[in-house]
Amino acid sequence: MAYVPLADQEQELHHPHSWVTKYVFSQDHKVIAIQYGSTAVAVGVVALVLSLLMRLQLGFPETFSLIDPSSYYQAVTMHGMIMVVYLLTALFLGGFGNYLIPLMVGARDMVFPFLNMLSYWVYLVSVIILMASFFAPGGPTGAGWTLYPPQTSMAGTPGHDWGIILMLASLAVFIVAFTMGGLNYVTTVLQARCRGLTMMRLPLSVWGIFTATVLGLFAFPALFVAAIMMAFDTLLHTSFFMPAIIEAGQPLDTAGGSPILFQHLFWFFGHPEVYIVALPVFGLVSDIISTHARKNIFGYRMMVWAIIAIGGLSFIVWAHHMYVSGMNPYFGFFFATTTLIIAVPTALKVYNWVLTLWEGDIRMNVPMFFAIGFIFTFIHGGLTGLFLGNVVIDLPLSDTYFVIAHFHMVMGVSPVLVFFAAVYHWFPLMSGKMYNETIAKWHFWLTFLGAYAIYLPMHYLGFLGVPRRYYALGSTDFIPESAQALNANITIAALIVGAAQLLFLFNIIWSLKNGKKAEHNPWGSASLEWQTPDVPPVHGNWGPKLPSVYRWAYDYSVPGAHQDFIPQSTPEADEPTVDEQHFDPDHDQSKADI
Amino acid sequence: MSDIAATDALAPKSGVEGLVDDWSADKQTYHVPWGKAMMWIFLVSDTFIFTCFLTSYMNVRWTATEPWPYPSEIFALEFGGVPIPLILIAIMTFILITSSGTMALAVNYGYRRDRQKTALLMLATAAFGASFVGMQAFEWTKLITGEGIRPWANPFGAPQFGSVFFMITGFHGLHVTGGVIYLLIVARKVYLGHYEKKGYEIVEIAGLYWHFVDLVWVFIFALFYLW
Repeated sequence: MAYVPLADQEQELHHPHSWVTKYVFSQDHKVIAIQYGSTAVAVGVVALVLSLLMRLQLGFPETFSLIDPSSYYQAVTMHGMIMVVYLLTALFLGGFGNYLIPLMVGARDMVFPFLNMLSYWVYLVSVIILMASFFAPGGPTGAGWTLYPPQTSMAGTPGHDWGIILMLASLAVFIVAFTMGGLNYVTTVLQARCRGLTMMRLPLSVWGIFTATVLGLFAFPALFVAAIMMAFDTLLHTSFFMPAIIEAGQPLDTAGGSPILFQHLFWFFGHPEVYIVALPVFGLVSDIISTHARKNIFGYRMMVWAIIAIGGLSFIVWAHHMYVSGMNPYFGFFFATTTLIIAVPTALKVYNWVLTLWEGDIRMNVPMFFAIGFIFTFIHGGLTGLFLGNVVIDLPLSDTYFVIAHFHMVMGVSPVLVFFAAVYHWFPLMSGKMYNETIAKWHFWLTFLGAYAIYLPMHYLGFLGVPRRYYALGSTDFIPESAQALNANITIAALIVGAAQLLFLFNIIWSLKNGKKAEHNPWGSASLEWQTPDVPPVHGNWGPKLPSVYRWAYDYSVPGAHQDFIPQSTPEADEPTVDEQHFDPDHDQSKADI
Repeated sequence: MSDIAATDALAPKSGVEGLVDDWSADKQTYHVPWGKAMMWIFLVSDTFIFTCFLTSYMNVRWTATEPWPYPSEIFALEFGGVPIPLILIAIMTFILITSSGTMALAVNYGYRRDRQKTALLMLATAAFGASFVGMQAFEWTKLITGEGIRPWANPFGAPQFGSVFFMITGFHGLHVTGGVIYLLIVARKVYLGHYEKKGYEIVEIAGLYWHFVDLVWVFIFALFYLW
């Protein structure tokens, strides 16, 4: 019997029949992607507002009485959790993963469209549960986004009854949603690539999203288990994480639990989670830099292996979040070593981005602004990571604004810049329209410079010893008055950056209707997603016949070619010949550069 | 062209060479249906969940301040005044492993397209699963009402004993219950001939899940009941 690979067999597509099945309960990966992305951005706006409330309090403690200490902790908690899980994870995997994977691998859709649809709706439920905690008695939990016990369930913590339960329920539901989506992404990349598309010809975006999803499938179980155990502790008064505690003179009815166990479970999830966000970012930015520099990505294979190495290493570094919890010095040594080893593949990626720019034919389009901005903020945040990865340097810095500065540079600003880069880059494909370039550039400069105005001074505050998570500094001996002036400056910068995001939202919404019609493949991108017959791609993506791929995704500025890029789907016969040397796919540049 | 032509000659090689071939080829990495690949990936992820549960259990058992009760005494049933340790758990384990056998037979008959026998064997598997859950319910009832074990406390020692017991067996019991429902749905569809065109991989996919649930039970049995 002739073997017909599954990707070539007729796939049953669920064709929409009504407006509801087309735009609401849609099984089309592109619609689901937009739903995921919009929901994530909407919940992200909530987190942004929370951060501005915190900044107003910190910058002008005497002037504003919008929040009290309890709601400050609630804002800290919700801001952190929303940003890390509900915004960034959902945005890059549910949003860009959904949109780009089938298009970039030349598939008609995800392998299980129905499950994919379900993933979004379950995600929406988790968001609703989370938002419900704002309206629950006692408000959302204020235990800090890491939810450390026993603080979570002590009477002094805001939201210790309803808030924490809703948070745990929401996380568990989110993990179910992620698993449904994640299984789809991984299976689609492994099993549904089109003819000719080997793993080593995949765009780095797909590699990043794929590896991040695998990390998620292995890391989220730890959070799931931690959430269940903590729910037991809270609802049934078990003592998984609760030691014997005396609260307000009265002993609680708990004994023998291990708070450190929670920390291990949480960070076994928590550290890979950083890379669940970062790896898609690495991938997307690689493609954007290569396209707008009109040059192949430098060291493609090493970029792939770096992604895999970072993914693997991310599972054996988690306890570097727990140096101050105390541990055997040998463990501290081990985790510091593995942590610093991660710098090797990460630095490799940064060098390769810079070397891709080197002597490139750089087009300063808006996505490129954001991509280059990302290189700055990422190097910056990465370097401070070297400080915090060392046990002896981490101990004094751990509880200060230095950590806030590091984390927001590397995990806040950097992914968000790439998110903007990616939205501007793929907006012509998703909508068929161009955004307004002037507004977009204003948005970039305000965001990029503003981010530095916010986070650069925080490093200094950290060295001064200003503690993080404090509602107000009060007067101390070791913090000079000038620190408060700096805090006020940071708040003003934060308000400006926050307002600048309205430019982005306005630009996107306005351009959907009034934008200039985008030409087909406006950036001259070689990768497959721009080669669809229709723009924006329609349901089923490829018309009657699936595409075939003959080369990697980075054939830019090939000598002798009649234009400065060769799409992945261009057959060899149409290829330019250079000095009688026939272009051989087995010796193409993707393999020559190492 | 060479690497494209190679797709048609997909004679799977074995060992490292085959692995390299699979991962460097275009098209699919694993030569299995999409559903089966997805089930495998899901089971790996689920393995992490149970691993976290069992590791946490060991950690909790280690940090508990009160002595850990003896499972073989608590899970004993009296027959004619003689307590037989772990007898109910032994029966439950036996039933669950037997159900793996009937499931394997169902997969076999599925590929032979013997719809009736397949459905019947899946039904038997589901019945074994349901009786397992039933006995678990009996065990829970006995421990709660008879022995006074609660998730937050028990008369035998460390309160974490009850916490871990209800959490882990409960989570596994939910897996079995879900599996029983899954098997019943698939069995009905098999019987009605829904898969005549698509083929009967679905039986094997359901079987993978079922075997996984059994395998997990073996670990729970060994680490919680026997230790």
